[in-house]
Amino acid sequence: MMYLKSAYEIRDKYLRKDMLPTIFCPGCGIGSVLQFTLRAIDDLGLNQDEIVWVSGIGCSSRVPGFVNFDGLHTTHGRALAFATGIKLTNPNLKIIAFMGDGDTAAIGGNHFIHAIRRNLDVTVILINNFTYGMTGGQVAPTTLKGLRGTTAPYGQFENPFDIAGLAVAAGANYVARWTVFNYLQGINSIKKALSKEGFTLVEFLSPCPVSFGRRNRMKTAPELIRWYQKITVPLAKAKKMPPEELEGKIVIGEFVDRDRPGLVREYQEYIKRAKRMMGWEQ
Amino acid sequence: MRYPFPVGKSDFIQGDEAIARAAILAGCRFYAGYPITPASEIFEAMALYMPLVDGVSIQMEDEIASIAAIIGASWAGAKAMTATSGPGFSLMQENLGYAVMTETPIVVVDVQRGGPSTGQPTLPAQGDIMQSIWGTHGDHMLIVLSPSTVQEAFDFTIRAFNLAEKYRTPVVLLTDAEIAHMRERVYIPKPEEIELIERKLPQNEEEAKLPFGDPHGDGVPPMPIFGKGYRTYVTGLTHDERGRPRTVEREVHERLIKRIFRKILDHKDEIISYDEFMLEDAEIAIVTTGIVSRSAVRAVKMLREKGVKAGLLKLNTIWPFDFDYIEELAERVRKIYVPEMNLGQLYHLVKEGANGKAEVELIAKIGGEVHTPMEIVERVVG
Repeated sequence: MMYLKSAYEIRDKYLRKDMLPTIFCPGCGIGSVLQFTLRAIDDLGLNQDEIVWVSGIGCSSRVPGFVNFDGLHTTHGRALAFATGIKLTNPNLKIIAFMGDGDTAAIGGNHFIHAIRRNLDVTVILINNFTYGMTGGQVAPTTLKGLRGTTAPYGQFENPFDIAGLAVAAGANYVARWTVFNYLQGINSIKKALSKEGFTLVEFLSPCPVSFGRRNRMKTAPELIRWYQKITVPLAKAKKMPPEELEGKIVIGEFVDRDRPGLVREYQEYIKRAKRMMGWEQ
Repeated sequence: MRYPFPVGKSDFIQGDEAIARAAILAGCRFYAGYPITPASEIFEAMALYMPLVDGVSIQMEDEIASIAAIIGASWAGAKAMTATSGPGFSLMQENLGYAVMTETPIVVVDVQRGGPSTGQPTLPAQGDIMQSIWGTHGDHMLIVLSPSTVQEAFDFTIRAFNLAEKYRTPVVLLTDAEIAHMRERVYIPKPEEIELIERKLPQNEEEAKLPFGDPHGDGVPPMPIFGKGYRTYVTGLTHDERGRPRTVEREVHERLIKRIFRKILDHKDEIISYDEFMLEDAEIAIVTTGIVSRSAVRAVKMLREKGVKAGLLKLNTIWPFDFDYIEELAERVRKIYVPEMNLGQLYHLVKEGANGKAEVELIAKIGGEVHTPMEIVERVVG
């Protein structure tokens, strides 16, 4: 199905025309990931009125404003904390959190870890462009060592976070990472993530030529994509590689797919237990 | 509906417990919190009660997440509350501003303790009066209520939910460690004895398209909550009536913020509440809020016995503030005393209200003890 529908069809069905054009710069990858997400929703036949998009602050966090769904554009880093309130209040709603790497791993790092620990039923679509695009290209917790940003003009001297790895360790039910170049894998992963209970994450390496590439000798999106091809290693291949060869590489693929009970189910059980313990119910 | 505590009768309980029971009876079905003295008992009571009434009580990773979660819950249709003390209240300020900007009905309880910083965690203070009004950034408007007894803690909690729902606004319930941990007789009414106000929901498609408009002329837009097919977009950015970000147009920002002010200030006569004690013929007025009012009542009686015509004005709402009434009072009395458990916060509001019509004197006390009646009397009689 997803091969057959034109981009216009997807646009007309899911975007708010009065919010267009988007704020995204030429060469930005957010639009591609948005398209993957909308195609996944369309392919799964999900009810548009039973999905809420939440976000924090940053370029990718502006996405909920462009789609024709309920949406909550919150404060920097806090999207998943807001999502916890929405989901537990109305478990029928499916939550998509559209987040950036700075939003998720820096200011929102603690909320991210705890939302995963609780196994909050939410699908996080993560745009990782290694930079703070909206504020003009500062380094992020994901910026690889040596790469430049306006706040580390001589090259990043800190270690980067592996967000997908963090999510696996914290207990997420589904974690995958792709680049925006991995069209089919990306859509399939989002479909899988949206179909599962608990915390699911699909991370995308996404080009930001204007704020990030320009400062790192990659002025256009194609240059960034070629760079992704150079630094990424598929999971199956990575498993066979010695650690020293993996130094400075980013592994892509599906890292975990498991079925631990989600927060909603755990809380519903908790309510039953409370009533039993109080002798209100058998 | 079965309640996990007795209703329609009196009980002997702490202020924190009274707030939790009132919240349940007000229809609160979502509580998110983080442990902090002296507010933890509110959370513990909610944790005990909420699952039994099919509500949610959840411990978040910090106070930032707690207020975020209740805002999310409110947009999903629940009445929602969190409770904290000074340090946690400071952490909540950014999202309190988000609730103002997005016009989200929530109730935030701040059980005051000695500060700044970790300060005196187990002792009462009134050092958060200014923070409760002005803690978040930017031009904003909200409602602050301040109880002085455990019964008032109960009653004002119900009122806090009603005001939040009616005006689509965050409401702060400002109490303190003394009221929180003091046990007093409280009447817990039956549900049918309680008047509850529910938020306005859109009545037609046109209203649903204007989640930040003013279709009824009262400044309060109906709230198109999530999951009903309204496809509402909510943002903390400056937005137009339809909710679309409009961040550089002066007129849009001014229209939005002024309406948020207007929806509260146009109804301030209905929102503002105070109690008077022997104030009609008073020459000396004592103006208080919260726990200090208890000592002030006794001080007024003692002063009257000494032949001093003293009276008390006890403020039940701190914000919006009735500057006009304070000026009227200042015209009637010789002098106004403001006893408070800080180094001067309510005092500045009263002084501004008095507008030079009467002398205003601060009776400050910090360190975790409530003023004794005698301390107030001695200052008045010199």
